Amino acid sequence: MDVLVCVKRVPAVGAEILLTADGTAIDTRHLGFTIGPHEECAVEEAVRIAERTGGSAGVLTVGPPETEEQLRYALSMGADHAVRVDTPETDPDPEATAAAVTGALGELPPYDLVLFGEASADAGHAQVGFRVACALRRPVVGGVKGIDLDGDRVLLRRESPEGVEVHEAPLPAVAAVLEGLNLPRYPTIKGRLRAKKAPIRVLDGPGATGGLRTLRLRHRPEARARTVVLGHGAAAAPAVVDVLAELGIVP
Amino acid sequence: MVLVVVERDGDGTLTEDSAEVLAAARDLAESLGVPVGAVAVGEPGELPDDLVKRGVGRLHLLAHELLTDGSPACLGEALAGLVADLRPAAVLAPSTDRSTEAMAWAAAELGMPLATACTEIRPGDDGPWEVTRERAGGVLLEDAALTAPIRLCTLRPGSPSPSETAAADEMTVHVVVPELRASVPRARLVERRERAAGMTLTTAPVVVAGGRGVGSSEGYAVLEELAGLVGGAVGCSRVATNNGWRPHADQVGLTGTRISPDLYVACGISGATQHWVGCMNARSILAVNTDPEAPMVTRATWAVIGDVHEVLPAVVDEIRRRSGR
Ligand SMILES: Cc1cc2nc3c(=O)[nH]c(=O)nc-3n(C[C@H](O)[C@H](O)[C@H](O)COP(=O)(O)OP(=O)(O)OC[C@H]3O[C@@H](n4cnc5c(N)ncnc54)[C@H](O)[C@@H]3O)c2cc1C
Repeated sequence: MDVLVCVKRVPAVGAEILLTADGTAIDTRHLGFTIGPHEECAVEEAVRIAERTGGSAGVLTVGPPETEEQLRYALSMGADHAVRVDTPETDPDPEATAAAVTGALGELPPYDLVLFGEASADAGHAQVGFRVACALRRPVVGGVKGIDLDGDRVLLRRESPEGVEVHEAPLPAVAAVLEGLNLPRYPTIKGRLRAKKAPIRVLDGPGATGGLRTLRLRHRPEARARTVVLGHGAAAAPAVVDVLAELGIVP
Repeated sequence: MVLVVVERDGDGTLTEDSAEVLAAARDLAESLGVPVGAVAVGEPGELPDDLVKRGVGRLHLLAHELLTDGSPACLGEALAGLVADLRPAAVLAPSTDRSTEAMAWAAAELGMPLATACTEIRPGDDGPWEVTRERAGGVLLEDAALTAPIRLCTLRPGSPSPSETAAADEMTVHVVVPELRASVPRARLVERRERAAGMTLTTAPVVVAGGRGVGSSEGYAVLEELAGLVGGAVGCSRVATNNGWRPHADQVGLTGTRISPDLYVACGISGATQHWVGCMNARSILAVNTDPEAPMVTRATWAVIGDVHEVLPAVVDEIRRRSGR
């Protein structure tokens, strides 16, 4: 079975986020980049499916050349081919991203299953997978935490407010997955070396833009008071239990 | 019209999130001088009576057997048809998984943008509307221009509290049978399992969570013990999940669960932004950490500076001593 995973390069922010002077983006001068955990699980799942079925696991991203770093990471995890759809923007509008992915899927050999993360780790628009599925008229399930293959159909497990649901879709299908689907592997040295030298196919982006444009980013106002230090080490225990009692949590 | 996608609980009543969206829609509709309509799936039940009190004068009920199987993509397709007919000024939905997915499909079908996780919507006179939306689970807010003939938005709960709502004069209910093309291959719900009753991370009044500082899966025993004593649940950071110390279901944060307990006890957790968005809505936070400068410590309500494995056993002993257990 042939699986394609769509990933996005995002800044790996720490405990404080700095914004650029014009306030339209995160200041990434001192940051590394990564793919989101949902996408990491998608890559892991694709690699496992390819291993199990003797198929292939591809990885695709939309963006400028530097996004190939994230494709190589996916290759080092075991993906066997990579595609970059060339666009100048690092954080395109979700309509533009979906158009680029849809266009690429028209040019690439067919895939049985296309996986997305439920939402990117930075913008979090949570819609690209559904847009691509709609454009291609493919069945799609979101929030997926379990994938079982069964001949020419796939069983997709997700959580709902009431419990667990299993959806069945004929292949080819699309799924947007969540972290927790599996425990992704760490790349091996051999994997890294292979990924370094692997060719990356580059396709031209459609140059489409969408109707949602970032004007500025802002920090959320924080309304927390100063921290009260209750003490150090075991000696703080009575003060902690006083607080718990005050909150009515212990008698 | 401002059209609202409403969701119902298992017993057929309006969800809290939907009620909030209706309130926001009411304010928006007033500023635009247009009425509020609603769209829901299935039988009317008590919905018309409830909606009329909330200022809704028109309810569109989507009726189709494919919609009872719970597939959001199907709902999106039905929604796109209705929206294309009604041409409302805006369509608002709660930012639940189900509604977000349905709206994403509808937006794709309509060829329009969709702003998800909005906290505010500001209509523009002639030009684009402006929305404020949460990025990265709410660590950052984004002001964005939304340019579309019909503005599709999902709303986060906790949006500014609404003004008093006047009831609508009357309610008309339209049953709409959407044209869902048989030629389209679809996902189908084939099994539904109810969650076992009991406390979950989202319902627990106290969550005792551990991160890298706990050190091992065995290290969580004392967190389990404390959680048991205070009637709470155990949570963890992504480091704990990645190390296989805890199941992913316990993970708090951007790609885990977002919680709002009365008390969050963060043990050996540094407070990275992706973790912080998961616990920032806790009413109070107690941090236990060896590092007084850790972001979790500086943002907590209370902190104890020290080793988890010295502090927690002493707290457990103290609780037992006082309660004689
Ligand atoms: C896109 C993305 C999404 C992510 N999503 C999530 C998410 O959903 N949830 C999440 O948690 N993380 C998430 N992360 C990871 C996040 O960035 C941090 O890496 C993670 O939260 C750190 O976990 P930690 O606090 O346990 O570990 P660390 O950051 O290593 O912190 C350990 C803390 O423990 C303290 N400590 C050490 N030893 C002791 C001791 N003996 N006693 C007391 N204190 C001690 C240290 O002082 C330190 O403050 C995400 C990351 C990315 C890039």
